[in-house]
Amino acid sequence: MTDLCYASAADLARRVAAGEVSARELTEAHLARIERDDEAIGAYLLVDADGALAQADAVDAARARGDALGPLAGVPIALKDVLVTRDVVTTAASKILAGWKPPYDGTAVAKLRAAGAVLLGKVNCDEFAMGSSNENSSAKPCRNPWDRTRVPGGSSGGSAAAVAYGMAAASLGTDTGGSIRQPASLCGVVGIKPTYGRVSRYGVVAFASSLDQVGPFGRTVEDAALVLEAIAGFDPRDATSIDAPVPRYRDALAGGAKGLRIGIADELSPERLEGVDPEVAAAVDDAVRALVDAGATVSRVSLPHTQYALPAYYLVATAEASSNLARYDGVRFGARTADPGDDLVEMYCKTRGEGFGPEVVRRIMLGTFALRAGYYDAYYRKAQQARALIKRDFDAAFESVDLVVSPTSPTPAFEIGAKTADPWDMYLSDVFTLSCNLAGLPGASVPCGFSSTGLPIGVQMLARPLAEDTLVRAGAALEGALNLAGRRPPEVSA
Amino acid sequence: MSWQDKYEPVIGLEVHVQLGTASKTFSPSGAHFGAPPNSLTDPVVLGLPGALPVLNRGAVELAVSLGLASGCEIRRTSRFARKHYFYPDLPKGYQISQYDEPVCEGGAVKFLLDGEPHQVRLTRIHMEEDAGKNMHGGATTSQVDLNRAGVPLCEIVSEPDIRSAAEAAEYMRAIRELVRYLGISDGNMEEGSLRCDANVSIRPIGQEAFGTRVELKNINSFRFVQNAIEYEIARQARVLDGGGEVVQETRLWDVDQGITLTMRSKEEANDYRYFPDPDLPPLVISDAMIDAATAALPELPAAKRARYMDQWGLSADDAKALAGERQVAEWFDAAVAAHGDPATGAKPIANWMQTDANLPDTPVEPGHLAELVTLIADGTISGKIAKDVLQKMIDGGGAPGAIVEREGLKQISDEGAIEAIARAVIDANPKQVEQFRAGKDKVIGFFVGQVMKETRGKANPAMVNELLQRLLRE
Repeated sequence: MTDLCYASAADLARRVAAGEVSARELTEAHLARIERDDEAIGAYLLVDADGALAQADAVDAARARGDALGPLAGVPIALKDVLVTRDVVTTAASKILAGWKPPYDGTAVAKLRAAGAVLLGKVNCDEFAMGSSNENSSAKPCRNPWDRTRVPGGSSGGSAAAVAYGMAAASLGTDTGGSIRQPASLCGVVGIKPTYGRVSRYGVVAFASSLDQVGPFGRTVEDAALVLEAIAGFDPRDATSIDAPVPRYRDALAGGAKGLRIGIADELSPERLEGVDPEVAAAVDDAVRALVDAGATVSRVSLPHTQYALPAYYLVATAEASSNLARYDGVRFGARTADPGDDLVEMYCKTRGEGFGPEVVRRIMLGTFALRAGYYDAYYRKAQQARALIKRDFDAAFESVDLVVSPTSPTPAFEIGAKTADPWDMYLSDVFTLSCNLAGLPGASVPCGFSSTGLPIGVQMLARPLAEDTLVRAGAALEGALNLAGRRPPEVSA
Repeated sequence: MSWQDKYEPVIGLEVHVQLGTASKTFSPSGAHFGAPPNSLTDPVVLGLPGALPVLNRGAVELAVSLGLASGCEIRRTSRFARKHYFYPDLPKGYQISQYDEPVCEGGAVKFLLDGEPHQVRLTRIHMEEDAGKNMHGGATTSQVDLNRAGVPLCEIVSEPDIRSAAEAAEYMRAIRELVRYLGISDGNMEEGSLRCDANVSIRPIGQEAFGTRVELKNINSFRFVQNAIEYEIARQARVLDGGGEVVQETRLWDVDQGITLTMRSKEEANDYRYFPDPDLPPLVISDAMIDAATAALPELPAAKRARYMDQWGLSADDAKALAGERQVAEWFDAAVAAHGDPATGAKPIANWMQTDANLPDTPVEPGHLAELVTLIADGTISGKIAKDVLQKMIDGGGAPGAIVEREGLKQISDEGAIEAIARAVIDANPKQVEQFRAGKDKVIGFFVGQVMKETRGKANPAMVNELLQRLLRE
């Protein structure tokens, strides 16, 4: 049963299509594993057993009729709880959305359904996707399956942990400043953040509108590519969605590293930045060397405005968040304070004060301040200008390289509670990942080794806009070269 | 001394026009008036988590028409901005509007005030979405209807060029006429498809600097535009006369008491925290779109009025009446064109169109009215018979010529025939002949009536009169 839960999504899709395993059997195996072990991990906020089994049965019935099956038919997938699912409670891990049953499916979710996927349930994350450790979840923390005293990363901690521990064959998360890549790195799985606009944001609880993207987690690059293919594409319901054809990303898997030009940015190198764990630096070096041995070349590039990424991000993201979260007022949906008092303002303040966690409040306040009349030019507008310069740095770098490579996270998974005293400690863990969102680029984290204490380490690769196929190609080449597959986190019940 | 001797009012209006699109500004829900509460909603309208706006290009076309018709500069790239405040009828906690890059800038609205041409310059016209409606139920509850939330609006901001309450009302009427002409809105103040807020200040006559301005809200008819502004001007004059200062504030027009009242601040010193909406790309308007919109503009009311007066010799009142509604004006133009000679046809056609029936709303075709006028002019029928013929046309009778033929209504202008009948009438009524010969001139009316009766009204009245006059004096 455990082996079934650690099979790749691609393999499971083949087996279901070939009739070697029923979708129901697959789903039951995953539901049983979740039931048995997730209490120790905390990946799931809601398991939709009835819904999943009904979807599985539908796949099996279609197969029996000889109908054409979708590319992910029968594959059990988990959804980060910021993805809106029709009639299935969606909370964004916040009390202010406790019990909210959406009347519609987001586009990425609808596409997975159309591909035949079985949606197991909603997984844990930082509240409103704000955080880097899943510790801001209002429900419960999520634990890193490799060491349950440690964080899985964030904000898509549950998405990464569920896949890492075989409680889903693949999952969807979102990435605004690193929230797919960093947990992928900390949990030893593959995570891809697509180019901004590649995947529709319709039905994604908005954090920062100009930065958010939905992306896949998988245990292999192939799995992540498969899921990305299913969810990518133009959506007329999202005005920021890109109207460009979606390539068959699987075709890039066999591309090999020959001819790939890798760039190491001075400003994103462990030598330059403080606080990078030497084992992380070493593992990333090994990864680069492995790619070079397989035919890639390496050169230095410069991204001189990298130092502005963190402040620019925390101005733009918080400003947009303060705006996007204005709708949570207890009037139309979600939680309203039990004691609204005598006037509207009191009702608003109590509802929002009770409903939002401290990190969310902190970011709303910061963002509101940045947008105030008289400060807009100095903060938000200035940050947007810095952002344009950061993008220009990458455009220049991509003239001479195809990928910019760096560690994903400065350290492997840290202990729960280790960075919660000072928000700034937590913010610094995003230092490698932020530029990618600011520049709208696609980025991936691929496992590249383990620390001496058995904690996963990931390497980050960034590519040109719409060059997800390059990420898939390089990721698969690295996967093949390093041969880390097969190593699993310790069983909870062992 | 009245205030008119001491102070000059300075008024600017912010007018909101609801655009008559089928669906809302940023989502596919219907945008019409009068649906059951909260039935015209979808995730975008409700501001549900995860919902995103997508621009209705139809609304843009209407806004561009309005801008072109007002002589504005159309911005080739404009942006949508979020305007933040908290209120239950504003689902997202922000309104999608435009801030420093509106779709139209400059321009002017022209109209007549007491027969004199006036012009009010515009600052800008921008697009935005409407909010829903809050209805205050009992003391402790309010109800929210979001049908109106998301409906597209154009906000027309005028320069403070208006100098009287009457002028403000005329400006509003001109806007209403224009938006109806362009077919972009039904411009109905009572239903809320046309709204205005007024900014009113006064300054001592001769002073250049503007006084402190007060914003007036809750003005929902043309009459209230005038009344509210007049009241407010007089109120501010009283304040200044009493040695006080006008407070910069927002005041509500209270219909029942006929006064303006300080609004308890629902929006205090509002910092709307405007920033460009990251969910919407910049609005790009191409030259091709502007050319197409320009070509599609109808002849506007002011131009029509000028043409009717200058070229067709109509009076200002007639011109105003006929140019007021596009459907009527175009019907009129078609009738005059069918007639072929505006010099002789325009005035009679204009007169016929100002009788009780609104001819464009009836089955009567413009060409038919032209034909009727011609039939009178060439003596085929009399003016009196023409009225009957017109009624038959209104009742669906078809072309006047055919009606006249069918019912034998041709005017009798055969002098011999009329004379014969006249003589017969005279011979049959010796008493009245005596009265006439005795000096009672008015008795001729009796004879005219008898001749008309004999001819069932078809005798040429002028001829009858002339013949009788001659015969009676023989």
